[in-house]
Amino acid sequence: MSEQTLKRVDLIFGEYSNEKYKVLASTLERTNEDILQDLLESGLRGRGGAGFPTSMKWKFTAETPGDEKYVVCNADEGEPGTFKDREILYRVPRKVFSGMAICGKVIGAKKGYMYLRGEYKFMVPELMRELDSYHEHAKQLGLDFTIEIRMGSGAYICGEESALFESMEGGRGEPRNKPPYPTTSGFMKKPTVINNVETFVNVLMIMRLGPDQYKKLGTTDSRGSKVFSVSGDTPIPGIYELELGMPLDRFVDEFGDGDTKAVQVGGASGFCVPRKKFKDTVIGFEGVPTGGSMMIFNSSRSMYNVLHNYLEFFEEESCGQCTPCRVGCQQLLKGIVAVKKGEKKALYLDQLMKLSESMKITAKCGLGQSVANSFSSIVNNFKEEMIY
Amino acid sequence: MKTEPQVMDKKMNLTIDGINVTVDEGTTILEAARNLNIHIPTLCYHEDLCVAGNCRVCVVEQEKVRNLPASCATPVSEGMVIHTNSMKVRMARKHIVELLLSEHNADCTKCYKNGLCELQGLASQMLTGDHLFLDLVPDKKYTIDMFNTAIIKDDSRCIRCQRCVRTCEELQSVSALGVAFKGNKMKISTFFEHSLFEVVCTNCGQCVNRCPTGALIERNYIDQVWDAIYDPNKHVVVQTAPAVRVALGEALGMATGKIVTGKMVAALRRLGFNSVLDTDFTADLTIIEEGHELLTRLKRALVDKDPTVSLPMATSCSPGWIKFIEHTFPEYLPNLSTCKSPQQMFGALAKTYYAQKRKLDPKNIVSVSIMPCTAKKFEANRPEMRSSGYKDVDYVLTTRELGIMIKQAGLDFEALPEEKYDSFMGTSSGAAVIFGSTGGVMEAALRTAYELVTGRVVPFDGLNIVPVRGTEDEVREATIKIENVKPEWSFLEGVELKCAVANGLAHAKTLMQNVRDGKATYHFIEVMACPGGCLGGGGQPIPTNKEIRTKRKMAIYEEDMGMPIRKSHENPEIAEIYKEFLEKPLGHKSHELLHTHYTPRKRY
Amino acid sequence: MTDCKSFVQELADKYGREKASLLPILQGVVARNNYLSDTCMTDIAKELDLSAAQVFGTATFYSFLDTQPRGKYVIRVCKTITCDMHGKKTIIQSLEDMLKIKVGETTPDKKFTLLETNCLGWCHEGPAMLINDTPYSGLTTEKVHDIISEYHSKKSL
Repeated sequence: MSEQTLKRVDLIFGEYSNEKYKVLASTLERTNEDILQDLLESGLRGRGGAGFPTSMKWKFTAETPGDEKYVVCNADEGEPGTFKDREILYRVPRKVFSGMAICGKVIGAKKGYMYLRGEYKFMVPELMRELDSYHEHAKQLGLDFTIEIRMGSGAYICGEESALFESMEGGRGEPRNKPPYPTTSGFMKKPTVINNVETFVNVLMIMRLGPDQYKKLGTTDSRGSKVFSVSGDTPIPGIYELELGMPLDRFVDEFGDGDTKAVQVGGASGFCVPRKKFKDTVIGFEGVPTGGSMMIFNSSRSMYNVLHNYLEFFEEESCGQCTPCRVGCQQLLKGIVAVKKGEKKALYLDQLMKLSESMKITAKCGLGQSVANSFSSIVNNFKEEMIY
Repeated sequence: MKTEPQVMDKKMNLTIDGINVTVDEGTTILEAARNLNIHIPTLCYHEDLCVAGNCRVCVVEQEKVRNLPASCATPVSEGMVIHTNSMKVRMARKHIVELLLSEHNADCTKCYKNGLCELQGLASQMLTGDHLFLDLVPDKKYTIDMFNTAIIKDDSRCIRCQRCVRTCEELQSVSALGVAFKGNKMKISTFFEHSLFEVVCTNCGQCVNRCPTGALIERNYIDQVWDAIYDPNKHVVVQTAPAVRVALGEALGMATGKIVTGKMVAALRRLGFNSVLDTDFTADLTIIEEGHELLTRLKRALVDKDPTVSLPMATSCSPGWIKFIEHTFPEYLPNLSTCKSPQQMFGALAKTYYAQKRKLDPKNIVSVSIMPCTAKKFEANRPEMRSSGYKDVDYVLTTRELGIMIKQAGLDFEALPEEKYDSFMGTSSGAAVIFGSTGGVMEAALRTAYELVTGRVVPFDGLNIVPVRGTEDEVREATIKIENVKPEWSFLEGVELKCAVANGLAHAKTLMQNVRDGKATYHFIEVMACPGGCLGGGGQPIPTNKEIRTKRKMAIYEEDMGMPIRKSHENPEIAEIYKEFLEKPLGHKSHELLHTHYTPRKRY
Repeated sequence: MTDCKSFVQELADKYGREKASLLPILQGVVARNNYLSDTCMTDIAKELDLSAAQVFGTATFYSFLDTQPRGKYVIRVCKTITCDMHGKKTIIQSLEDMLKIKVGETTPDKKFTLLETNCLGWCHEGPAMLINDTPYSGLTTEKVHDIISEYHSKKSL
């Protein structure tokens, strides 16, 4: 790996092939076993943040008996600091649709859905145009797989896969109990593959390049590239496609404003890394995983304000069904305010830390479980800012 | 609810608190632990409802797994090692209960459910005296819906477990209650946060019966009843519904399914009621009136070929069912029997027939009823129910409220002697007792109608018409063939009387949809709004679940079998009231006092 | 408000009468009326054979499905961290001054409603806002002035 600069990659945003839906057409010729084998060898893990191996997800769903199966593309990008799916859908929607269609073939689904967050409704006309073109090509290829766009309406929690299914079924976006997992019971309780926008593009690129070529990018645990959304105190905010497995200090060298005191990796539900830990932090599944959000804070920022902002976000965006998340978020927020105002002793932060630990292990879904990530990493590393 | 067929032969081995256990695949950790007599606390879990897994108080520790799974929602897996009482678990559960308390108006001494609250129970177990977290209640704009005559909804006591929401949807298919808003604002709400009074709520009280706290309670009239009892100018009569006598014991510490009729009568007398009478008397009267009404309708249909006659005829004893029809199937209101419910027949007679016979001024009579039901409170307050010239039933108490009064009076209920109802309007038959169970009204009506028409007893062993006894799983259908009728009923010769019985409004909805869509034709249908019928009523002791309902049901049929009279028309007091007062079934007086009509209500 | 019933029927014909059609129908009504009135929600409940409380429960879960009357143009300013860091407060202030309303309010002519919202996904170009479906990023006081003036001059329907 180069010592000087981070390796920029042009995998996701690279140009389309010279013929429309060419990779899709050639992949359709292959056997499902072959495709799954390639995915397995590529080491691709989901790009939404959780990092479940994509090949396993597809294989389980393919193996679940059932005539009716679904492919769902999770485009409910709502994590603060994340905007890469918008960019992908804006620049290379064809790759996303192709990835979904390949999934449909492998698992035996005839219907795909893209769940697009309400905030991105302005993109629909453009996406529909590309979708019409996809459907034409699918017809020519004899592929029985149609894609429909469904809209969210302003609810962060719908990015959680089972909440997303609930929303698509016309209900409140409240996460379900797991098991059962989507591979056996997803949309309409049917076997479903749900993947992030970026994951589907990665699939297509693996089909285009082959797993060996793809594997050359990244590290053993984190294969391939990743699209990062860089924001905050940086002179060059925006979207960057970088190789996975990079050390955070080099990232800060390149993107920081020279005065970076912390980086929030993975959005409000991710981890806050303070300056002293930049060197030892690797961005990837072996270190700090991220769905792509990198928010940079310089020393003029109050980390108390940052945490306060996150907790307000969670307090509002929790679905509210489970106790630890609904009430826990309110307690954490009210608690840090009380400590800051001096109404509670600094020692109360320890009580809140224990509470966040309980939330992490008892909340029903990933939202409630991950509130503790930012809470504990900010409180632990910037305790003085919380108190004074 | 659809349930997946389960492969019952597949077994799973796991360890819970060091004990190895083998259970069927699909069993939850909670159920597996209960089999071992390990009690895991729960709040959102209820045996009658689908699993929610949202309160998280039932979490347990699973080895090699980072998070604590909710035991109610997690099926066992092979080789699983579970700890239900580890340090991690205890801390997590305490945090969860503390969190719930921080959002909860925990002024327990002002709460109707004080001492019976499940959250309070857990708080006391976990020694939450030190209040770990900040009080969130002042930040909340909680509201109390006091506008309803039957049910009070107090959001400040709500822990958002959604038992009520699932009850209203799954068991009753009403969905008057739902979950609204999200995050810190998430709440249990009616449509647009209207009062329960203004929405499709049937007042069945099944939500009240399942609410773990004081968020949903009946509007209680205990003090008003005491005031009446203490008022020397008032003559207070009390009537007791059939299903109360097989459940009241539970509210007073006795075993489930005990018949406590005699002790209950003794207790009511000791509480100071002037006359202790029985709703069962008017249940018998209902059978006479309703039986004749059915035969009249059949005659109009079969002989007169009258196209305006409404069949199937539906029972009208259950006020939750009445309101459900008014909202949901208003076009079927003419199908309801015009008979008032036994409670309201009793009320109308108490201030007329009873008053005359006892030479009392009806304005001084206070008529109280003890009901397994919250909808009866609403029914008594209906404007239609004043045919005596007064409010026919002044106060309706649930089985639970009577339990409270007995405790307030310091009575040792179990030690009370068995006493008999006062007469008149206190004698009844076994047919009246079974009004308390699903299928009971149907069976009672058939026992009388069949005999009226054929001159013979129903062709079932021991008068037990088992085919019409309801089940909680589905709509029960039965056909009774009528043969060798008396000459005056010749038009019924060979007629196969088609009956259907449903309990729980979800089944009632299915039944009515089938009728509406022409998928089924019946002559006579019986509906009780609550699962299991009145014995599972919203006003019955808490907890109520399927196992408890089954025991109460057995008690009801046992009571029926033990009665000297088993058929309504053989009740001597019934003959007496027709002779002295009503003259004949469906006569002028009956119409005035015992029959009524209902009006359509908004569907939404 | 124009008749919602026939519009709901139109939407139901288009999207279907399954429960899964509820969200698209709610979105369709909001796109036209800017909010969901109680009569509109009962019309939807009737059309899809759901309880009104269920429709209300779903609607109130989503921030963009308002159940209170809103102006013709609903302005939602992102309040999440990077927009907040880059001057969200000033933008809100400018909007409040221009429109002479506070956050949460609607102008008397029913033209604008000013709201705050969570992350819009323009973190690299904050502060950002949506006016109905259209995003605006890299906001400054001047830019906000231009944008609002443009909407002001749009002919009302």
